[in-house]
Order: sequence, then structure tokens, then C-alpha cells
Amino acid sequence: MEATGSNAWLISLAVFLPLLGALVMMAIPKEEEDLHKLIALASSLAALIAGVFILARFDYDNAGTLQFVVDKSWIDVINSRYIIALDGLSLPMFMLSLVVVPLCIIYSWDHIPEPGNAKAFLILLLVLATGMNGTFVAHDLILFFVFFEVVLLPMYFLIGVWGGPERKYASLKFFLFTLFGSALMILSFLALFFLSDVQTFDMRILPEAAAGIHSTTAIWIFGGMFMGFGIKVPMFPFHTWLPDAHTQAPTVGSVILAAVLLKLGTYGFIRIAIPILPEAAAEWAPWIGLLAVIGIIYGALGCLAQTDMKRLIAFSSVAHMGYVMLGISTLTDFGMNAAVFGMVAHGLITGMLFFIAGSVKERYHTLEISRLGGLLVSAPRLGWILGFASMASLGLPGLAGFWGEFPAILAAYQPADGLPVETFRTYMVIAALGTVLAAGYLLWMYQRTSFGEPSEEWADTEIDDVGTFEWIAWTPFLLAIVVFGVYPNLLFSVTDDAVVNIADIVAKSTGG
Amino acid sequence: MFAQLTQFESPPVDFFSLTPLFILVGGAVVIMLVTSLSPRPIPGWFSTAVSVAASAGAAVVAMVLWNDVRESGPYSTVSDAIGIDGFSLFFTVLVSLGVIATALVGDAYVRREHIAAPEFHALLLTAATGAIVMASANDLVVMFIGLESLSIGLYILAAMQFRRPHGREAAMKYFVLGAFSSAFLLYGIALVYGTTGSTSLIVIRERTSSLGAMVSPSELLIVGIALLLVGFAFKVAAAPFHFWAPDVYEGSGSPVSGFMASVAKAAAFAGLLRVVVVALGANEGDWAVPLAVLSAISIIVGAVMAITQNDVKRMLAFSSVGHAGYILVGVQAATAEGMSSALFYLFAYTFMVIGSFAVVSVIGWDNGHPIERYEGLAKRRPWLAGAFTVFLLAQAGVPMTAGFVAKFLVIKSAVAEEIYWLAILAMVASVITAFMYLRIVMAMWARDADVDDAPRLAVAPATAFVVAAAVAITLVYGIIPDSLIEFTRDAVPALVAGN
Repeated sequence: MEATGSNAWLISLAVFLPLLGALVMMAIPKEEEDLHKLIALASSLAALIAGVFILARFDYDNAGTLQFVVDKSWIDVINSRYIIALDGLSLPMFMLSLVVVPLCIIYSWDHIPEPGNAKAFLILLLVLATGMNGTFVAHDLILFFVFFEVVLLPMYFLIGVWGGPERKYASLKFFLFTLFGSALMILSFLALFFLSDVQTFDMRILPEAAAGIHSTTAIWIFGGMFMGFGIKVPMFPFHTWLPDAHTQAPTVGSVILAAVLLKLGTYGFIRIAIPILPEAAAEWAPWIGLLAVIGIIYGALGCLAQTDMKRLIAFSSVAHMGYVMLGISTLTDFGMNAAVFGMVAHGLITGMLFFIAGSVKERYHTLEISRLGGLLVSAPRLGWILGFASMASLGLPGLAGFWGEFPAILAAYQPADGLPVETFRTYMVIAALGTVLAAGYLLWMYQRTSFGEPSEEWADTEIDDVGTFEWIAWTPFLLAIVVFGVYPNLLFSVTDDAVVNIADIVAKSTGG
Repeated sequence: MFAQLTQFESPPVDFFSLTPLFILVGGAVVIMLVTSLSPRPIPGWFSTAVSVAASAGAAVVAMVLWNDVRESGPYSTVSDAIGIDGFSLFFTVLVSLGVIATALVGDAYVRREHIAAPEFHALLLTAATGAIVMASANDLVVMFIGLESLSIGLYILAAMQFRRPHGREAAMKYFVLGAFSSAFLLYGIALVYGTTGSTSLIVIRERTSSLGAMVSPSELLIVGIALLLVGFAFKVAAAPFHFWAPDVYEGSGSPVSGFMASVAKAAAFAGLLRVVVVALGANEGDWAVPLAVLSAISIIVGAVMAITQNDVKRMLAFSSVGHAGYILVGVQAATAEGMSSALFYLFAYTFMVIGSFAVVSVIGWDNGHPIERYEGLAKRRPWLAGAFTVFLLAQAGVPMTAGFVAKFLVIKSAVAEEIYWLAILAMVASVITAFMYLRIVMAMWARDADVDDAPRLAVAPATAFVVAAAVAITLVYGIIPDSLIEFTRDAVPALVAGN
């Protein structure tokens, strides 16, 4: 394929340009704040432009095959290679990550959180960007792991230094939970390496090479990966780091956490765990489905109990990622397509909600729902955007959230062959109930923060409406939520081929 | 009667092969002679310069020898008592680099503490000589001599901070327990000699591997192996023989603690590897499981004790116990892969820990090292805090650092041998220790720390250089570890009889 080889360097460019920007910024004294902002924005935009080129050159008719493949030697002595490539499954996630970072930098233009130091803040964002971009395109387990872990550190510092009052606790919890998962995950990778027919970390070969692993062993190996990815998602009962991390993180930290970081886990399931160990995945699927629906209900009930707006949005993430995991656990192409859509939709919508929460916090210096109110009166545009994002989040048809949630529920009606149908239909009913709860908590939040007259506390305070940088940062989110909601096929058509491939692997191993 | 005495024939000595040792000892002699004979006081930098030059020379000669060994194969000399192979040369280079770093960091330290510079550097060089002898010894007695030269040098180095109460306690403890562990080793050597009839590693290997030639796999040999393991476990500070480490690391000067945690530990591991893996390779069943248990205990103790500490030096001491455990994970696998992973770990750890103690030596000189003293370091000295962050994260095993590759390789060697329980334990414990490293990191970057009236920290250029070099090594081998992994693979111990 001609298109595959010639532009292969484009991906590496998109992955490493932010890092290059970060290196340049390190050499510049921190007093030059504007210069730092410019370099950060320029390098992340340059990465995005490389991404746009990839979008343009991507062969959509062969979205199921890997394109732009680069396969170079890296650490030969441990058989780890630098394998970078894209297919229809990676592309949406990769683009999401490329788009979110520059928008976050634009938002940060006049919102560098306490205690300032734009230089360090932006450098961390750029390093984070490289880690996220790389994770979605790496096709070597070790390379994947390295990118997966590189993400951890900048986020740890973003929460730990620029976070809220409980930042130390939250950042440590975030780091340790994720590290625990990764520790078991790397063991699974090693076990795969030694037990496969060919000793390799190459994710393209492994689905075949790992077919010979004894089924009991495979279940254990899948377990290790489940811990790694499941904690990142996060699935119930490992979700407890998420509300703390989200609540304490600075606004753009929360946005990136919700928009991209959580997806590393779900992406890992679809990309690595399921195709490499399909039989074990089938054994695990009912349990994953169970945890997913528990997450949906638990997250929703958690939301209803919150008094803090940001914490409420964080718990809603637990519920939404539950739908994604439910879709994945059906192991069907329908379910996994829904899951990928859900990942993008949740990224856009919840990212947006966290942006709004950040701006509300900046204006009111609190996110206590009981102290807010009358947002539609005091800052009507902000209020309307919050309403729009809430509607999208509760799964209103016509907006992006719907296409992640509804097909995932539907997919549970008919899971892959070999999975217990009754169980999944029960999950379906419970998950459907979860949507009612979602409508409940989101509308409840919206009413209490936006309707009515501003409370006496804020009656005399001038509340600024949406500012320029906020408009620039938010508009793409809002547009994407509408576009994907009205024309979901835009995304489904890209992901379908790749997802069908994975579903086929599962069907072959469980059916045959 | 006299006629019965045979004339003593000195064994043939290949002097060139021993040049690294001569250079180091020569450096020590030059320092002592010049400074004591000179009519005028010699400035402190002279001793530093000599010890840096001597270790650099030793490292260069070792590289030349390394080239020879690659071309014409390893050999042994002095009646097969000293092996010149990839393994011994690897440690020669490692020890020399360790001495250079310690000497440079020590330069500012001796001036600040009013310690006699010539003694400090001369002892450093002789201790290093002992370390290299240990790593090259093909004979248990020679190895013991090396061990003692290393230990005696260290006893005095540990005692140099005698003006502080902790310093005296540390020196005493180190001396008593060190002597105690040497006794274990010596007893072990005696028993192994008793069963095999030789102290030469080469002969021991021959006799233990052809079990038929022996009367029986004697219990005495097993007891001997056990005593040897206990002795080495003391020296590498593996739990439950680690009790000296926290007090000694805390009480000694930071550069000395760094030297103990890196060079002394590496030398002890070199001795252990040479003895158990090569000479007693046939008795793998007798030492692999005990080492796995030691490794597990060290990892657990290192992790659990480290998080309860409040003193940064003690934290580093317990983490060093844990690291000994990780290195043992590679050793107990008893494969070439495992050996090379242990060597990689030692190399990577040497620079992380010397760098860490270099930073520690800048931070404080009295009232110990409570973690509070590190609060707000990022505001006072951002680059220093950044470097310490790199060292700590590397020790926690974060990717893109040599620490990650090191942990990855030892765990890989355990998984390859299907020793899953140890691999899982090691990984879970690494999460626990990460908590401790992050506490220090968090303290340094704490944004609400009040640093306005904190004293200005002076970073000597030599110390800054060491810290920068250690950061570079930690990062470079974290991203492109290929060349170092190959080096360690070539350096897997292979005993070769001369002639």
C-alpha cells in the first residue's frame, strides 16, 4: 500500500512535537510567560496539524488495517521495537487527544491556576500530550507501557502542585492506584512474552502467537491486564481515586483526565486485552459487565449524594465509563463500536462540563451546589452552555452522548456467542434504569445552579460571562458534540472495520 | 629438616592485567606521601584531583583490558587467583566511576566538615581497590582479602564524622556488625574448603559439579553455603541482615553513605555472584530458594519500613535494602539473563543512589535529615529539586529512567523462570515504596512551603557536575538502554582457568 509507508513519520511527528516544545521551553527563563504560552500553543497546534494531515491521508476504505506503520528497532536486547501505527480504532482517540491539548492551552491563557508558574505548568501539559498521543498509536507492548506510564507523572504534578486544598492526598492516591494497576499489567505483558509461541512484544503478532497459552493461565494474564486497564477506566470498585483526583485537579487537569486519560484504560481493553486473549476475555466478560452496571448505578447514586458540582461531574464519569465498559463486555462489534463512540462522546461532554465547573469556580470561588444558583440570570451564556452540556451528558438524542449510551445498552441484549444471554439482558435493564438516574442528577444539578434568582450571597456581585479565551477553547467541543450527535456515522464508519476485526477474533476463538 | 621445605616459587603475574589495582593503590600512596612530606600545607583539591585521576585511569585501563578480553577471551592470572573477564572488568569500571563521583561530592563535604581531605581520598581509593579485588577474585581467600580492604576503609570513612553523636554510633555499629559478618563468611569459606579441599573457585566448581567424585553431597557443604549466604547478605544489606544499614547510612557523611550504598553494595554483590553462581553453580538447588526468600523479605522490609520513616537518609537506607531485594530477584533466577539483569540493576542503582546522596549532602549538615527540611526545595534550588526528583522516580521504577529498565529486567528474569510469586510480590511492593519516594517529591514541590528565611544552599561545582552526570546517565539508559544491557550480557561471570 502506497499510502501506508510514505507518510509514516507523520504520526511520530504528532507524538513528539509537544515534547520538543517542552524541551525548548525548558531553556527559556520562566519570566517570559507569554513566550512560553506561545511555544506551548504552537507545538501542540503543530502536532494537531500533523494530525489533520493524517486525517486527510488516512485510507478510510481500509480503516481496519494499520496504516502509517513505522517499525524500527528500539531496545533490541529485550525484543522491544518502536512500532507506531494507526487504524480506525486508534484514529478517533488519537485525534481527540490532539485536539484537547491545544484547547486546554488556550483556556489556560488567562487561567493559569494558583500558584502560577506558567512555564512548569505548560511543560507538564506538553509532556502529558506526548504520553497520551503515543499510547494510542503504540503497537509494541513495552512502548505502549512506557507511554501509558509517562502520562502518570505530569498529571501527578498537575494535581499535586496546582490542585485544590486536598491536592497531596488526591495526587498520591491517583499515582499509587494507577501504579498498582500498571505493576500487575507489566507482569501480564511479560508472561505473554514468555508463554507465546513467538517471544515478542509486537501487538500485531500477539493475537496469533498467544493462541497457544493454556486457558487457565490466560485467565490469570487477563486478570493482570484487567487490573491495569480497569483501574485507569476506572471500574467499580477501583474508582475511588477518580472523584478525589477530579475534584482537586486544576481545571485543565480535570478536562484532560476526563477527556483522554480515562480512555487509555478502555482503549487498552479493546486494543490489547481482548484481541490477544479472546478466550479469557469471554470468561471475564460477564464479570466485567457486572462491574460495569454496578458502576453505572453506583456512580449515579453517588452523584445524587454530592454537594460539590465538580465532584458530581466526577461521579457521573464513573457511570458513563460504566456504559463504555458494558459495551466492551458484550464482545460484539456493535457493543465495541458503541464503546468507542462513548469514549469520544464522554471525552467531549465531560471535558466540557469540567471546563464549565472551572469557570464557575473562578467566578464564585466555590462549587457548593447549595450556594450557587441563578447562573442563567447572572451569566446567561455560561448557564446555557452548562444546560447544553448537561443535556448532552444525560444522553439526549441528537447530541453525541446518546450514541455512546443507547447502542451500548442495546448491545447487551445480544452479547457475543458463548456469553450468558440472560445475564447480559439483566444488565441491559439495569443500565437502562441508570439513564433515568442520570437524567435525574444532571437536571437536579442544573436546576439548583442555574435556575431562579442568584442567591443573596451573589446578588451584588458582578459575574462575568464567557470570555474570549473560553469561547475559543469551548466552541470546538460544542460543535463536535452537535456534529457527532446529528451524524454519528462520521465516527462509526471509521471505527467499524477495526472493531469488526477484533470481534471476529473473539467469535473465532469462542465459536470455534 | 630444612631440606624438606620446597623453595617458594612465586606464581607468574601478568602485571598489566592488574594495572587498575596498581593505579588505585598508587593514587592513595601519592596522596599520603605528598601531603605528609610537603613542607607547606597542600590544598584539599589536590587529593580530590589525584583520586579522580587515579580512578579515571583505572577505568580507562579496564576498558583497554575489556577490548583484549573480547578479542582473545577471558583469562586468569596470579595462579588463577584473579580473573580477568568481562565480569571483573565491568565492576572495575563501575567501582571507578563510583569513586570519581564520591570523590567529587566529597570535595565540598570534607571542607565543610573539616575532615582531613588526604585521608578521606586515600581511604576511598584503598576501599575501591578492595572492591575490585572482590569482584575479580577467583579464590575465596583472595576474595576475603578484598572484602577486608574494602571494609576496613569503610569503617574509618564511616567514623570520620565523629564530631556528631550519630556518627560515632554509626561507626561503632558498622565496625562490630561488619566484623561479625566477616566471621560468618570466613566460617563459610572454611567449611567449603573442608568439603571440597580447595579455596579456588575453579576447583570448587569442578569438584561440586562432578558429584560422583565426592563422597556425598555433604551436609557440611550446605552449611558452608548457608554461612556464605549469611555473610554476603550482611554485606549487601539484605533483610533480615540489614539492621546496621539505617543507622549507619544516617550517621555517616552523605558521600560515604552514597559510597556504601553503591560501590560497597556492588562489590558485595560481585562477590556473591562469583561464589554462588559460578563456583557453586551445580548446587543451584541449595542457594536459589534461600536467595529468593531473602529477596522477598528484603523487598517487603524495604518497602514497609521505608514508608514509616521520617528521615530522608533513613528512607534511602531502607529503600537500599529493598533494592538489594530486587537485585536478588535477578540473582535467584540463576540464569545468564538473571545475572545480567542484576548487573544492569547495580549499574543503574549506583548512579541513582550516589546522585541522591549528593543532593542530600548539599541539603543539610546538622539536625539530621527530617523530610521537613526538603520542603520547598523546588523554590530554593529548582534544578537540584528536579534532579532529586529524577533519582527518586528512577528508584521508584518510573519509565524513561534506568530504574524502570532495571526493575523490568530483573522481573523479566523471574517471570522467565516462572517464579511468579516473587515477581508479583516485587511489583506490589514497588507500589508501596513509590509512596515513600513520592512523599519526598511532594515535600520538595510543596507550593505553600515558607522558604523566605531558609539559608541559601551552596552547591559546589563538582557536586553539581556529579548530579548532572548522574541524571544524564539515569535518563539516557532509561530511554536507550541497549548498549548497557549488552555490556552486562558480556559481563556475565564465566570462570576461566589459566594455562
